[in-house]
Amino acid sequence: MDVEHSRAYIDQLYSNDSQKCFQAVSELKFAVIGSVREKGSIIEQGVVVRLLQILRAPDLDVLLKTEVATVLNSLAKGLPEHASALVQAGILPVLWEQLDACTGGGGGGSSSSGGVYTQMLLCCLRSIYRHGCAPPPPAWDHKLLSTLIHHGYHPPSNQECVANILAHACKTCEQQQQLVEAGGADLVACMLCSPVTRVQLPALHCLTAMCYNNERVSNVMATKSYGGKAVPDLLAGLMARDRPREMQLAAATALTFLHRAGALSADDPKIIYKTLQCLVRFCRRDREVWERVEAGNTLAYLTERSIHLQRTAAMTDHLILTMNDYLKDTTPSTPPPTPTPATHPISVSPISCRQYDNPSTWPELMLEAALKVYASLGANDEDIRQRVIKTDGLMNTIVASLSAASPPVQLAAVRCLHSLSRSVQTLRTTFQDHMVWRPLMTVLKTSTNEELVAVSSSTLCNLLLEFSPSKEHILDQGAVEFLCGLTRRPHPGLRLNAVWALMNMAFQAEHRVKMSILHHLGTDQIFRLLSDTDVHILMKTLGLLRNLLSTKAHIDQIMQNHGKEIMQAIILILEGEHCAEVKEQALCILANIADGDVAKAAIMSNEDVLKKLMNYMVIPNVKLQIAATFCISNLIWNVEEGAAERQNKLREMGVYKLLQNLMTTTDTGLFDKVKTALQQFH
Amino acid sequence: MATGSGRCSVEPPVFGSQTGQDPIKALYPMVNEEETPLPRCWSSKDKYSFIGLSQNNLRVHYKGHGKNHKDAASVRATHPIPAACGLYYYEVKIVSKGRDGYMGIGLSSQGVNMNRLPGWDKNSFGYHGDDGHSFCSSGSGHPYGPTFTTGDVIGCGINLIDNVCFYTKNGHYLGVAFTDLPPQLYPTVGLQTPGEVVDANFGQAPFVFDIGEMMRELQCRVRTTIQNFPVPDTHGQWQTMLHRMVSTYLVHHGYCATAEAFARSTSQDFDEELTSIKNRQKIQKLVLGGRMGEAIETVQQLYPGLLENNHNLLFMLKVRQFIEMVNGTDTEVRGISRSPPRPPPSTSPPCWSNGRTPDPLPGTSCSAGSSTNTTSTTPVIQQHTSVIQSTKSVIGGSSSSGGGLSSTATTTTTTTSTTTTTTTTTEELNQRNSAQDHCPGSPATTTSATNGATPVIHPPPPTSNTSSSSSSSSSSSNLQDSDTEMECVETNNSSNSSHLHTSSTPPTTTTNITPQASNSTTTSSSRTVTVQDSTSVHSEAAHSNGFSNGFSRHIDMQDDCDEAMEVESSSAGGRKMCGGNPAAIERMLAFGREVQHMSQVLRRDLGKNDHNKKILQDAFSLLAYNDPWNSPVGWQLDPLQREPVCQSLNSAILESHQLPRRPPLEICVAHTRQLINLMSRSGLGSCAFASVDSVLGTPQ
Repeated sequence: MDVEHSRAYIDQLYSNDSQKCFQAVSELKFAVIGSVREKGSIIEQGVVVRLLQILRAPDLDVLLKTEVATVLNSLAKGLPEHASALVQAGILPVLWEQLDACTGGGGGGSSSSGGVYTQMLLCCLRSIYRHGCAPPPPAWDHKLLSTLIHHGYHPPSNQECVANILAHACKTCEQQQQLVEAGGADLVACMLCSPVTRVQLPALHCLTAMCYNNERVSNVMATKSYGGKAVPDLLAGLMARDRPREMQLAAATALTFLHRAGALSADDPKIIYKTLQCLVRFCRRDREVWERVEAGNTLAYLTERSIHLQRTAAMTDHLILTMNDYLKDTTPSTPPPTPTPATHPISVSPISCRQYDNPSTWPELMLEAALKVYASLGANDEDIRQRVIKTDGLMNTIVASLSAASPPVQLAAVRCLHSLSRSVQTLRTTFQDHMVWRPLMTVLKTSTNEELVAVSSSTLCNLLLEFSPSKEHILDQGAVEFLCGLTRRPHPGLRLNAVWALMNMAFQAEHRVKMSILHHLGTDQIFRLLSDTDVHILMKTLGLLRNLLSTKAHIDQIMQNHGKEIMQAIILILEGEHCAEVKEQALCILANIADGDVAKAAIMSNEDVLKKLMNYMVIPNVKLQIAATFCISNLIWNVEEGAAERQNKLREMGVYKLLQNLMTTTDTGLFDKVKTALQQFH
Repeated sequence: MATGSGRCSVEPPVFGSQTGQDPIKALYPMVNEEETPLPRCWSSKDKYSFIGLSQNNLRVHYKGHGKNHKDAASVRATHPIPAACGLYYYEVKIVSKGRDGYMGIGLSSQGVNMNRLPGWDKNSFGYHGDDGHSFCSSGSGHPYGPTFTTGDVIGCGINLIDNVCFYTKNGHYLGVAFTDLPPQLYPTVGLQTPGEVVDANFGQAPFVFDIGEMMRELQCRVRTTIQNFPVPDTHGQWQTMLHRMVSTYLVHHGYCATAEAFARSTSQDFDEELTSIKNRQKIQKLVLGGRMGEAIETVQQLYPGLLENNHNLLFMLKVRQFIEMVNGTDTEVRGISRSPPRPPPSTSPPCWSNGRTPDPLPGTSCSAGSSTNTTSTTPVIQQHTSVIQSTKSVIGGSSSSGGGLSSTATTTTTTTSTTTTTTTTTEELNQRNSAQDHCPGSPATTTSATNGATPVIHPPPPTSNTSSSSSSSSSSSNLQDSDTEMECVETNNSSNSSHLHTSSTPPTTTTNITPQASNSTTTSSSRTVTVQDSTSVHSEAAHSNGFSNGFSRHIDMQDDCDEAMEVESSSAGGRKMCGGNPAAIERMLAFGREVQHMSQVLRRDLGKNDHNKKILQDAFSLLAYNDPWNSPVGWQLDPLQREPVCQSLNSAILESHQLPRRPPLEICVAHTRQLINLMSRSGLGSCAFASVDSVLGTPQ
């Protein structure tokens, strides 16, 4: 490249003579087209600022501006770095402003040159947004959106641009809502019916972006129709097997998102037959890697909640075996033979934009997708779980991924482990064989990723169940200390999992374990947890207390050391504004305490508590009545030392009479308890 | 030439509307059920005795003891799955799982033991309900899918392109179960314990699984395979060839302007003479307009020797002419029934003026008729002279430019009035001709003499007699020729034209104009040429091969006629035979006799020809009905039936020009169709989705 020559026209750019300037821009256009290096060089030279200046100049000719927009579009089509450089140079506000001015100034009958200019502006915006690096339009004001949507109806070239812009710009829940309010749903429905694939595909991506995790928008979308066909039916049509493959996959993703947002039920044939089969089909070996990854991830999302979908997917087209291929494909890290995505840009939804740019990451992406699919499949059905576990090398892969892989793969591996840990059999066999607790505890102790810790601790809960042989090993790894620390985390999910895990740990545990828990947790922390706003955490903390206070010996020992605080805590709960379930738990703890030989005194000595118990016996809630009665019956249990004394005291307080009154109850559960209690009285 | 060699590319319109009525057939449109019937129910013969069938042989129940696997029993469908299905699918609904639900669904070959469940033996494949395993020619199964039981619908599909088998359960695809399947498999089910009952759906009812979408996918795949098929294309030869195919097609069918435009846009040479296209177009229009008489005449003028060398073709044309007479569209009857007879284009200065002594074979009745007016009703012998005579008049016409035209125009006016007699004479002439077959004469002098003579004079009877005999002898030799070896005629023809080629420049010595002519006539004919050269050829810019010669001159006039023709293209004006005119009927009957005679001659000379016999019979059958249009043979009167005739004629003309009788494009399409049929027979499933019609975009 002749430096002098290239400098020549760049100098001309700054000319005030619009003719010369036009000439220079034209030359620039031809220099830049198709040459990534040249684009980079031009951007480095800071020409963009001047170009934007031309765009902004009110008195300059539309033809010149169009030419400038063409150059900018060409620059934006380069590398992602180029696009972000343009964004940094402030291209977006200028483009929006110009687009706005164009639409406003041109009015209804805009001239053809104005039309071309608008088109170029849209193209330019599209090229920038497609790189996925642009922020959403400023403030997403309603006017701007309306302008965009207005342009999205007419010529296919504009439609394509608008669909792409919206698909990439719509990211948050508010944006989704705003877009719908501005008429985006109707526009998308219209574009889905376009005969042009280049419009339909970004329209599908746009729909996907709008519906992702948004119940309201999804419901609006699902009821829209165009040309007499409802959007879900249109999507099913675009998913047909003779459609272009990208389109099938995009439509399947859109339907998946509609389903997950609650707009379509799992039993809808479009979901359970068409979408599911389509996604499973795209997981097959003969598809492109990016298709398989995308399909796997979407499939995992689709089947995450519904057992019906999980069962269907598990029997469709050998899916469990197909996923095993994903695991195997990762082992040889040879570069894939497929052409690099740079030469053949993949049109995927903006959600996974740019994910497939680097082929060396593909094995990892495959692994992640497969683990997610396994996690979803095995979530609820024990048969499927067993089939998944029998998958060749899966456990080794999971264990290896837990310790070595990148956070997304770790997360997928933990998810998978979590699903599988719901199987008693697996806990007792496979997990034991593979010593999964080791990497799991390592992840828990080292990771800062909250989601990862949340899922891991949730898995830990299952591993700490009393029948799990891992329990001991986990305790040896210092789990108590760690979990107690976790209860102090700000993330409610982590606190919940921690308390839950501790509860499971304390269930029928040895005394030293219980003492360790109490020691590490501390009564202060127990009080803090009992006053947690999250009722689930409260419940699990009470459950923990209940598990701690079981078997006479333990009850007495614990009450000896912490009796005061515990009674205080229970009173706190019984007096607080809580739902019946919480109070029931508290009463159950009291009943446990009443079971202890020495501990009984803690209740008997507290008349306030006794009155509360009597109060709960007459409350119109059977469960609370049962719990309270059960507690009383523990207190007056015959064979125990000092029973007569306690009976007398309670009889004095009128408990006996109360019990007699309760004999009239129609509830058999309560009746049995009352009868047992009465039998204890001499 | 054998006219009945299947050159009509217009399909008989009988089979069109049958799809759609039969849902099973509609699933597999490419299957030819005459060759390979589709399975439609279970076979009542090909089953084990423990199997009972009911409900039109669609329901299967077990009626054995069911104690152990030795009591297993299977049944096959009536027919194997044709490869041309591409993707075959059937579903089985489990009505009852019976005692143990040991049911197997699958495929097996003919002859596999029926006292077994599908899958246990060689060439047998099954998916079993009790354990969900797949059995591939083996007693032990592999884990495949879920179990199935009462209420489930199990589908079994076979992809005949990849030769794999898959199953579905309640509409969900379970994946491939078997690969590398052998051909000719039958749908098979097997049962083993009492109470087991299953119903089959071979496509008579809608399927639970969406097989249609899978078919569309395969169709799409096959289409992509075809489109992406690598063609070794160095230097754009492939492209050139394709262009060539298109342009030859356009030329062939006379799409003059389109052909020109196509050649222009693809920058090809456009070497086919426009004149030739226009001539053929004109003939086509005549035939398609039902004006066979004129068509025949025009052919004789423009392509002398063509029909004379191709008796079967001529016969076909004549029969068609007869039909058109019945129809009332042919000019001869039309002239009678509708008052102002227009001058038929045949009377424009004939193009065969440049030297071809036309063969006075039976086929020349029309041109003969046109000249009879001069000879009035003089029978037989004069008929022959008239042929020569017309030549004379033509020569005169061409040499004396416009004068000849007007005279000939008047002749035809009279022709129409005298047609009846003409036909009879022609007929007699034919008989006579054949009688005189072996009368060697010395016509040389007379012919040349008459040729040379310009004025229209009735030739003296004796000379004409000899000339007739000469011509008939030559004709007979020709007939023998074509009888024994048709190829021979062709080569003769071509050599003939090449001869003419040379002769046109200087009047060379041994130009054999009538190829059939034996040694005796050579001299005479060569002389004819000489004369000819002196008269007309010189005026022409020495055009080569006698066909194209002189065309350019006449095109304008022909174009005029074209316009007139287009107006009256259709038939059946008043729906009365021959337009209801008694004279026309007379004429028609006479013509019929003539045609009959021709057929006799043909039969004698060329041997039996079933096709000829059939068309004549069909044509004559029209007379048996008061309203032929609504008779069982009325289809002949459909203008659509002109198309095969037209194509045959067109092909023959092109062939005589050393051009392919069918355009390469059509041949290619026909080859492709045949190949697809062959694929079907060879068990290649792709044929199901390689429909030529879908590629060509013709509605099926």
